[in-house]
Amino acid sequence: MKITVENLTQKYGSHTVLDEVSFTTESGKVTALLGPNGSGKSTLIKTIADILPPAGGRILVNDRDIAEVSKSERAKMIGYVPQYFHYTSFTSVLDTVLIGRRPYMSWSVSDEDLEAVDAALSTMHIEDLADRYVNELSGGQRQRVFIARALAQNPEFFLFDEPTSSLDLRHQLETLSVMQDVVHKNNSGMIAALHDLNLALRYADQVVLVKEGTIYADGKPEDVLTADAVRDVYGVESEVVEKETGRFILSYEPSY
Amino acid sequence: MSSPAKNMNKTAGKYHAVRKRKMTVILILAALLVLSMILALGIGSVFIPPGDVLLAIGNALFPALISAPEGAADIVLNFRMPRILLAVLTGVALAAAGAVMQGLLRNPLVSPFTLGLSSAASFGAALMIVLGPAVFGAFFAGSVVFLGFEFTTKSLLLILSAFLFGWLSVIIVYMISRVRQTSQAVMVLAGVVIGYLFQAGLLALKYVSNDDALREIVTWMMGGMWGATWQTVCILTPVVLLCFFLIERRAWDLNTLSSGDDVARNLGINVDRFRITGLLIVSFAASACLAFTGIIGFVGLMAPHICRMLIGNDYRYLLPASALMGALILLISDTVARVILAPVEIPVGVIMYVLGGIFFLFLITKGHGRYLS
Ligand SMILES: Nc1ncnc2c1ncn2[C@@H]1O[C@H](COP(=O)(O)OP(=O)(O)OP(=O)(O)O)[C@@H](O)[C@H]1O
Ligand SMILES: [Mg+2]
Repeated sequence: MKITVENLTQKYGSHTVLDEVSFTTESGKVTALLGPNGSGKSTLIKTIADILPPAGGRILVNDRDIAEVSKSERAKMIGYVPQYFHYTSFTSVLDTVLIGRRPYMSWSVSDEDLEAVDAALSTMHIEDLADRYVNELSGGQRQRVFIARALAQNPEFFLFDEPTSSLDLRHQLETLSVMQDVVHKNNSGMIAALHDLNLALRYADQVVLVKEGTIYADGKPEDVLTADAVRDVYGVESEVVEKETGRFILSYEPSY
Repeated sequence: MSSPAKNMNKTAGKYHAVRKRKMTVILILAALLVLSMILALGIGSVFIPPGDVLLAIGNALFPALISAPEGAADIVLNFRMPRILLAVLTGVALAAAGAVMQGLLRNPLVSPFTLGLSSAASFGAALMIVLGPAVFGAFFAGSVVFLGFEFTTKSLLLILSAFLFGWLSVIIVYMISRVRQTSQAVMVLAGVVIGYLFQAGLLALKYVSNDDALREIVTWMMGGMWGATWQTVCILTPVVLLCFFLIERRAWDLNTLSSGDDVARNLGINVDRFRITGLLIVSFAASACLAFTGIIGFVGLMAPHICRMLIGNDYRYLLPASALMGALILLISDTVARVILAPVEIPVGVIMYVLGGIFFLFLITKGHGRYLS
């Protein structure tokens, strides 16, 4: 599957948030969406997910305008995990992950649905939480539950808005490596908004760097994430270092 | 289909165990409701033992097989039965409406009463009682035959008017909820204020009305089941059942909405349309019942929350459980209202205010952090 963002413009009222944004990504690739606060990452992801209608331009899925894809078909193609979560009390983790099966269920739950939930729970290592209420979990546990919900949805493409924002060091690495596995093995696609440049360097196959609603650079992580780019986009001085364990960006002070 | 017992993964095992527990709770509630109905049919100025109650019902259903007990049949079937069925129907409609509204608006404190629908629908019905004869003339007193039953146009107009005003109140609160960053408390506050406006309207009607039905309007404002007749029951039963099944079919959409509008859209739901149709369906059922009972508060708040604590938030099971719980609460309260100060009857609405008020306080204090965001 291929997703093409074509001259996308997005506004809230008269405030233009995305201005003529274009890029392409496809199955088998992890694409990291990077950029400072307010640069328009969440807005871009919501528009690709068909949650916000574009103010200008188009989103193409396999060269087909997403606006022409039916809701139920789209729900099986694209899975979305938001930056901020809604949930109610008295809903178990199992029931929450089961919601990801909505596109496949009318009323009753099939064995296949339960298998998908089981697989999602074990992929995210949260089988032990299955009976717990979501509102009684820690923030990071909860975040993994919502990622599991998207896994149970079994879409061809994942859209993650800061999937590691509440996770501890180990779970950040674990979650991204698990998702990278899913993408590479099942040949699915994934766009993840991230703030950690080193996670992007380690796990992404493609980096789209956003600055004030436009694309500053798009390409291989090591090509896009240079000290100059970090200074231009984030206003931070940094140093790129090569170690045996990989490439790292060490940022040390705001630039003036 | 293969048997679920074989090759069951761990998750499926847990799912089926929990499901069984939910079904058990629903069956227990259903059994309790039937039991309460039989007892309630026997309780009153003349006590009729449960055995005779069953015989009277049996005789009505199978006259050839079962003979009616002496004297009891008339009291059970013609005096008490319509009232008990009205309490059950109203309980079902209000509780299901509350559960659905809480899910649709993602606010645990909303219900037909806290959104002002109870007062607005009662006002609508009262307005029709006062103005109907003048506006509709002879038509108001006429009747229509439908499916072999004869319905007075008056009762149909009452339902229509109650629904229009009830819907108006819901739409106002819905609009307010769409203004950005409306808090859950503000939504309820708006509903309560709208409720007051329509209660003021009810009081005003008292002064322009000569109608016997409205002379005791203060009692009407407290809600009661004395408007029950077989005809009322025959109109309301299909309305309530139809609305219930329409909304039960959308149970997964209600579950999905709890994940937020964006995720629900991503999962294929037309959120805005679902919210409007869902509110429309439950407002119709609730208004239709309230057109005959007057203001009944808090059932729609209590029943769903008690059931959530018992079986969780999955609407496929929460809706039937809430409906049964609502019927049970209202039936028991109405029976207590009938007998507690016998021979004087108090309006069941009063009991609901007391029970519901305490419950509401519990919800916003003990439930803090859990319920309110
Ligand atoms: N619902 C909204 N209404 C109006 N303006 C909005 C809305 N959501 C976002 N914006 C504005 O759009 C711009 C982009 O916001 P967006 O949430 O897409 O940024 P982001 O890159 O995801 O930021 P962050 O890293 O903080 O999550 C910001 O200037 C923000 O103020
Ligand atoms: Mg964001």
